[in-house]
Amino acid sequence: MTALAAEKTSADLAAEFGLKPDEYAKILARLGREPNLVELGVFSVMWSEHCSYKSSRAHLRKLPVTGDRVIQGPGENAGVVDIGDGQACVFKMESHNHPSFIEPYQGAATGVGGIMRDVFTMGARPVALLNALRFGDPSHPKTRRLVAGVVAGIGGYGNCVGVPTVGGETQFHKGYDGNILVNAMCVGLADADKIFYSAAPGPNLPVVYFGSKTGRDGIHGATMASTEFDEASDAKRPTVQVGDPFAEKLLIEATLELMASGAVEAIQDMGAAGLTSSSVEMAGKGGVGIEIDLDQVPQREEGMSAYEMMLSESQERMLAILKPGREGDAHRIFEKWGLDASVIGATTSTGHIVLKHHGKVVCDLPLAPLSDDAPLYHRPYVRPQPDRRIDPGQVEAPKDWRAAVLKLMSCPDMASKRWVWEQYDRHVMADTVADSSTGCDAGMVRVHGTKKALAMTSDCTPRYVQADPYMGGRQAVAEAWRNLTAAGADPIAVTDNLNFGNPERPEIMGQIVCAIEGMADACKALDFPVVSGNVSLYNETNGQAIPPTPTVGAVGLIPDYDLRMGYASMQAGDVLVLIGETHGELGASLYRRELFGQEDGAPPPVDLDAERRNGDFVRGLIRGRKVSAVHDLSDGGLVCAAAEMALASNVGVALTARSEHNAAPYMFGEDQARYLVATTDADAVLAAAKAAHVHAIVCGEAYGDLFASRELFSIAMTDLRAANEGWMPGFMN
Amino acid sequence: MKAAVVVYPGSNCDRDCKVAVERATGSAVDMVWHQETALPDRVDLIVLPGGFSYGDYLRCGAMAALSPIMGAVRAAADRGVAVLGICNGFQILCEAHMLPGAMLRNAGLKYVCKPVDLDVTNAQTRFTAAYGGKRTVRFTQGNGDGNYQARPDELDRLEGEGQVVFRYVDNPNGSARDIAGIVNAKGNVLGLMPHPDRAFEPELGSADGADLFRSALSSAL
Repeated sequence: MTALAAEKTSADLAAEFGLKPDEYAKILARLGREPNLVELGVFSVMWSEHCSYKSSRAHLRKLPVTGDRVIQGPGENAGVVDIGDGQACVFKMESHNHPSFIEPYQGAATGVGGIMRDVFTMGARPVALLNALRFGDPSHPKTRRLVAGVVAGIGGYGNCVGVPTVGGETQFHKGYDGNILVNAMCVGLADADKIFYSAAPGPNLPVVYFGSKTGRDGIHGATMASTEFDEASDAKRPTVQVGDPFAEKLLIEATLELMASGAVEAIQDMGAAGLTSSSVEMAGKGGVGIEIDLDQVPQREEGMSAYEMMLSESQERMLAILKPGREGDAHRIFEKWGLDASVIGATTSTGHIVLKHHGKVVCDLPLAPLSDDAPLYHRPYVRPQPDRRIDPGQVEAPKDWRAAVLKLMSCPDMASKRWVWEQYDRHVMADTVADSSTGCDAGMVRVHGTKKALAMTSDCTPRYVQADPYMGGRQAVAEAWRNLTAAGADPIAVTDNLNFGNPERPEIMGQIVCAIEGMADACKALDFPVVSGNVSLYNETNGQAIPPTPTVGAVGLIPDYDLRMGYASMQAGDVLVLIGETHGELGASLYRRELFGQEDGAPPPVDLDAERRNGDFVRGLIRGRKVSAVHDLSDGGLVCAAAEMALASNVGVALTARSEHNAAPYMFGEDQARYLVATTDADAVLAAAKAAHVHAIVCGEAYGDLFASRELFSIAMTDLRAANEGWMPGFMN
Repeated sequence: MKAAVVVYPGSNCDRDCKVAVERATGSAVDMVWHQETALPDRVDLIVLPGGFSYGDYLRCGAMAALSPIMGAVRAAADRGVAVLGICNGFQILCEAHMLPGAMLRNAGLKYVCKPVDLDVTNAQTRFTAAYGGKRTVRFTQGNGDGNYQARPDELDRLEGEGQVVFRYVDNPNGSARDIAGIVNAKGNVLGLMPHPDRAFEPELGSADGADLFRSALSSAL
């Protein structure tokens, strides 16, 4: 190995790169020698938590990943599901938490860019974006700046590329003071028989690099995303990449044109760990080798070392393996779109990755240990003891009902996020039929040129997961399924984004294991396979972990968008029918948190049979045109759902008070599997419910300009709207 | 009748414009790459679409105003062909001095995406004739630099000559005198900040944009 450039490495340097002593020992054993600096860099990113899923892999296997519609499950850049007529929907959600906390604008922007690349790398045109954002307490000194930066970054990137942002969620909790969450989801459309994969099909094929030049930004980003933060984290700003949405737009068009030209054998974007992971994965998955001449890599800066080039996370770059002799066709396409491109190497039959720089071999590693033999940990865990159930009869009633309703509707989690989504282009591509402004439980875009539409949502209730990770995992899946159902869609598949603290701590590992098991059970019961996902661990600062947040992104299909449903279409004179049983579950509820500062208690149990039965019933009502508006019940229970329907539909609501001593559990309970439907024919809905063995009661009526419940509260719609709309601009401006 | 949509590398409403024109008018639409120097023969309407033409890292539309196709667009406009610049297209027409004035950053310093109601202040133009008696239309806007400004005497002249075609009912971005759209003195070049190309079917929230494309193409008869 004398030909190898020989910067000395050591266990100490390996530790600096994020490798544990035993992992470094494993490298020594597998190589039979010390790795040089470049090789150590390659190992450290490939074996980082971010790239290898070494802590979560063993448990992710519990998730159901197959189904009638699944074309490609987890393991590729994005999941692929069949949506009929030879078309496929390609989607994934991914976190950009660590970079967004350090540098919110660029962190969030490049998160959006990265997830779009995952989707168009598969051959799909991105058609919609969603973002699940979780920030610290509004009173925390960093929160405002982070919100402003993240929202501007998402908008700045997505708006320019020209993909509508149609949905998402924005929440606040002090548990995210030290680690915000930015989870971005992208949905794309492709022809089902034209999906592209990353595995190199054989040796002696040209490897072409195209897109932006490689610079020194983002070096060791994947490693940074696999460690905890402390006071010195601001010093990590140089590990955050800088996004160029115009370059991304060019990259999308050039990539799709290149694919259509028939020149592409395999393709992979350069995301986390850049050139390293893309080349290792393409060759490793294909069972071949790869040789790269780093002098051919387009470089933004002079004098870059092999190490820097391999570890750079410069954005908007792709690696493709071409059919032999098609370099000229490819070159014409890159020229048209003004992209840098270069044939940087070829696949080989050696099973090794060999890198040359200035005529010298600077890295020569067998591929198998890098990907297939990455560490797999069965980390010790303790199953958390779920909180005890809160007896509804023991929950305090509000002293002032009117104030309580206004407080809930204006609390940071319930307040209108208009300030956020008005900064996102929600209409470009001219196929958006429901977005954050619409009053619909899901975003929705038409499948261009057809009557079909895709519905999409992202959901998680971290306070439930905190109280009981298993039930919280079930709930996140159930709520996503319910939101798609309320929009009139058939739920078809899930992408998950698991955000947790340090998995080396048994109690955090216990959250991970239990949440995955809860999600798995719900996905199985609801025929809702997981087709892609991302795991973000080490979301901790100074030993304080975030609330466990397994975000569920989900997609549904509507055969005819004229059958879509929302909650803004309630008419004066409609009767409100509550579908599903109410026991008054108030453990870990928004009501107790916001009014009494109590976050304890078991979350509402999720009865998956009831979810399925009630959801199928509601979808049937929608398809049969028996209802004028539908909303799922979640945070804040009946009162908040009814208030949102009233606001979106611009008509008052009178909720029927119940005669019990304490109406709070009925009004604010967060029991699952429930929907609020508005109808002109309540008798027909009740009769149909009875026949379907679904619990249903009349719970109110729509009319006038008051949001009220006799003897409890009466609020002018203008006051309710001011409370709901006022908080966010008041906080930000 | 025929329309052409100019495609810059960063255009992202090019397809929207094509589909909107096709659905609203049934006319054929050619896509013209920014590096071309000629337009298709006998084109009746040229659309400069929304987006970020060359990234717009410089002033919005500044580079596009100097692109190869602009010579042909300018010549066609001089011949009287209808030219419609939407959003980034409006910015490009200002930068190319085919329309007076300039766009500043929105007054709120943020990108703003929302439906906006517009008063049709001149229904006599070749772009608005189909609105007839209709006084208010709803389009969707989405921009960060849509704050239209010009010298006061220029604004007086535009208003006096009937060149202000659309005004915001509730000004979202600080545009001078609530201006959302203007035509040139000849009346054949319209710059419009909100998007009729996102409002051509009811399920998009409004179909009011369809009449604008119908007007523009029927006027070519």
